[in-house]
Amino acid sequence: MTAPAEFSPWTDPSAKPLIRFTGVTKRFGDFTAIDNVDLDIFEKEFFALLGPSGCGKTTLMRMLAGFEMPTEGLIELDGQDIAPVPPNKRATNMMFQSYALFPHLSLRDNIAFGLHREKMPKDRIAARVDEMLKLVQLEPFASRKPHQISGGQRQRVALARCLAKAPKLLLLDEPLGALDRKLREETQFELMDIQEKTGTTFVIVTHDQEEAMTVASRVAVMDHGRLVQVATPAAIYETPNSTYVADFIGDVNIIEGKAEPGDGIMGIAWAEGQPNLTGASDLTLASGATVFMAIRPEKVRISAEKPEGAANAVAGKVLDIAYLGNISTYHVELPGGQVIKAQTANTDRIARRDFTWEDAVWLSWSATAGVVLER
Amino acid sequence: MRRFSWFNATALTLGFAFLYLPMLILIIYSFNGGRLVTVWSGFSTKWYGELFRNEAFLDAAWVTLKVAVFSSTIATVLGTMAAYVLIRGGRFLGRTLFSGMIYAPLVMPEVITGLSLLLLFIGIGLDRGILTIVLAHTTFSMCYVSVVVSSRLVTFDRSLEEAALDLGCTPFDAFRLVTLPIIAPAVISGWLLAFTLSLDDLVIASFTSGPSATTLPIKIFSAVRLGVSPEINALSTLLIAIVAVGVITASLVSKRAIIRRQRDEQAAIKAVA
Ligand SMILES: Nc1ncnc2c1ncn2[C@@H]1O[C@H](COP(=O)(O)OP(=O)(O)OP(=O)(O)O)[C@@H](O)[C@H]1O
Ligand SMILES: [Mg+2]
Repeated sequence: MTAPAEFSPWTDPSAKPLIRFTGVTKRFGDFTAIDNVDLDIFEKEFFALLGPSGCGKTTLMRMLAGFEMPTEGLIELDGQDIAPVPPNKRATNMMFQSYALFPHLSLRDNIAFGLHREKMPKDRIAARVDEMLKLVQLEPFASRKPHQISGGQRQRVALARCLAKAPKLLLLDEPLGALDRKLREETQFELMDIQEKTGTTFVIVTHDQEEAMTVASRVAVMDHGRLVQVATPAAIYETPNSTYVADFIGDVNIIEGKAEPGDGIMGIAWAEGQPNLTGASDLTLASGATVFMAIRPEKVRISAEKPEGAANAVAGKVLDIAYLGNISTYHVELPGGQVIKAQTANTDRIARRDFTWEDAVWLSWSATAGVVLER
Repeated sequence: MRRFSWFNATALTLGFAFLYLPMLILIIYSFNGGRLVTVWSGFSTKWYGELFRNEAFLDAAWVTLKVAVFSSTIATVLGTMAAYVLIRGGRFLGRTLFSGMIYAPLVMPEVITGLSLLLLFIGIGLDRGILTIVLAHTTFSMCYVSVVVSSRLVTFDRSLEEAALDLGCTPFDAFRLVTLPIIAPAVISGWLLAFTLSLDDLVIASFTSGPSATTLPIKIFSAVRLGVSPEINALSTLLIAIVAVGVITASLVSKRAIIRRQRDEQAAIKAVA
């Protein structure tokens, strides 16, 4: 699915990053859009930037492309400070969030634009453009102008235009947002394919966490100009470092409580008169400090009887059931009023619901299923 | 459809009469056979013939045309550059002052502009002739061009220029290959504006022209002061005809562009659906 398992230069202390941000801050007036970012991105990575609108993803990319200068800090490409290099001399291409297609040129000329600047021979340009048009499935529209095609088609032209130059570093700002699911998945695989063939490094902004999980070698979750966590998709999903990240990627239940630390085990007092929750953790916290347990719905088991020997078991009643085809999500209300989601796979063809509204049920999960978080 | 009403019809007739009656009278009298302008003495085109034998008028017309072409072209280049720098140049010292100053000649009374140019030309010892008129017209029409072009540049999507840079253009190439073709309609209308301003300018030209070169408006004005001649009527009729043809062609061209664009869009919508 992702790059081969052994591809993990970020764990190798001797590996040289392709891009290195050192203490980069960007301010617009007195608004801080990027706040003291340190980041290494390695060659051949497929690096995804994830975060809510306005958190600084586009700004980070524009600094790499050369349209914004860092207010403080240093950005290096291949060990060279890129601040003095103008955008047209950088070995990067950017796909703009607004596409920025040239309205006076046909799709063919839009895609060929960057190749003409390289003084590539005419016949090679034509061949390359045809290849790109084929890739994005726009051959029949080649002589149209951008205003004569649909939004999704425009997005594909923008993608083709920046892919055409096969740069060292590709910056894609939400490249697939306007495509339907099928085309999006196809294009995702094309991107990964291109990446494998050409060894191009990709930095991609996406609002679609599933996309980030599918294509990325690593994911950076951003918030208010800061990097909250940078890790592989699996690590982000399984061991988020904060409730913010846990909540941002996928569905999660978060239960707040007071810490009662043990040896490698964290007890969490979460409600009056209920047994403590327990989770594996090596956090060193003072007794009584606020902690959170984050647990994914698919790791919560639902049963009619109290399960034997489960590390965590709580009773509640079914509030709502969402049937999503391949899975069902049960919303279970605990006595304190908190609602916990539990997911079960529907393996039978005819959905056999074991539980229905208002049923009293037990929820349980093991000590290693959830993560214990400080914030 | 609105219902026909007497009030509307009267208003329309009066309005158009007010606008076009003077011109109509001028056109009719240009075909008058007699020498007296106000007495009709039969249809004739002889004044047109006279006009084309009148060297002084032809010379003036030729001077006017040359001045208009040169001054509007120079004004378009300078005005576009000024607009680009003021909108795109980011913040530089005195930017606000500059952008305010570019509008000043628009509100300056022409007499003052003309007089100050005259003083300048005398001061630097430049002989008055075609060159001085071209310079003077460039000076004031450049501001009009820069106003027209900068209002287009304000709404111009900056990311298009960034995309061009990103794809390897130098800033100059980005302007030449992306910005200029897109703002071309504004630049062309700036040129047309400068051209017509130069064609009908009387005040500034009369300050800056010399005995060696006279423009048509000056010629007409001075001829009329000696009494209206049928030749002037013929000349004016020709000017009206030229302007009318120009205006009609321009509107037809832009209308066709709109229709073609709409048809393309319709085709695109069908192809997508
Ligand atoms: N030129 C600018 N001047 C002032 N503020 C800016 C400028 N560019 C961006 N910002 C601000 O910086 C913040 C980050 O913007 P950015 O475009 O990077 O967000 P984003 O993460 O790409 O959001 P989205 O997902 O909506 O595209 C925003 O709050 C934005 O308002
Ligand atoms: Mg953005």
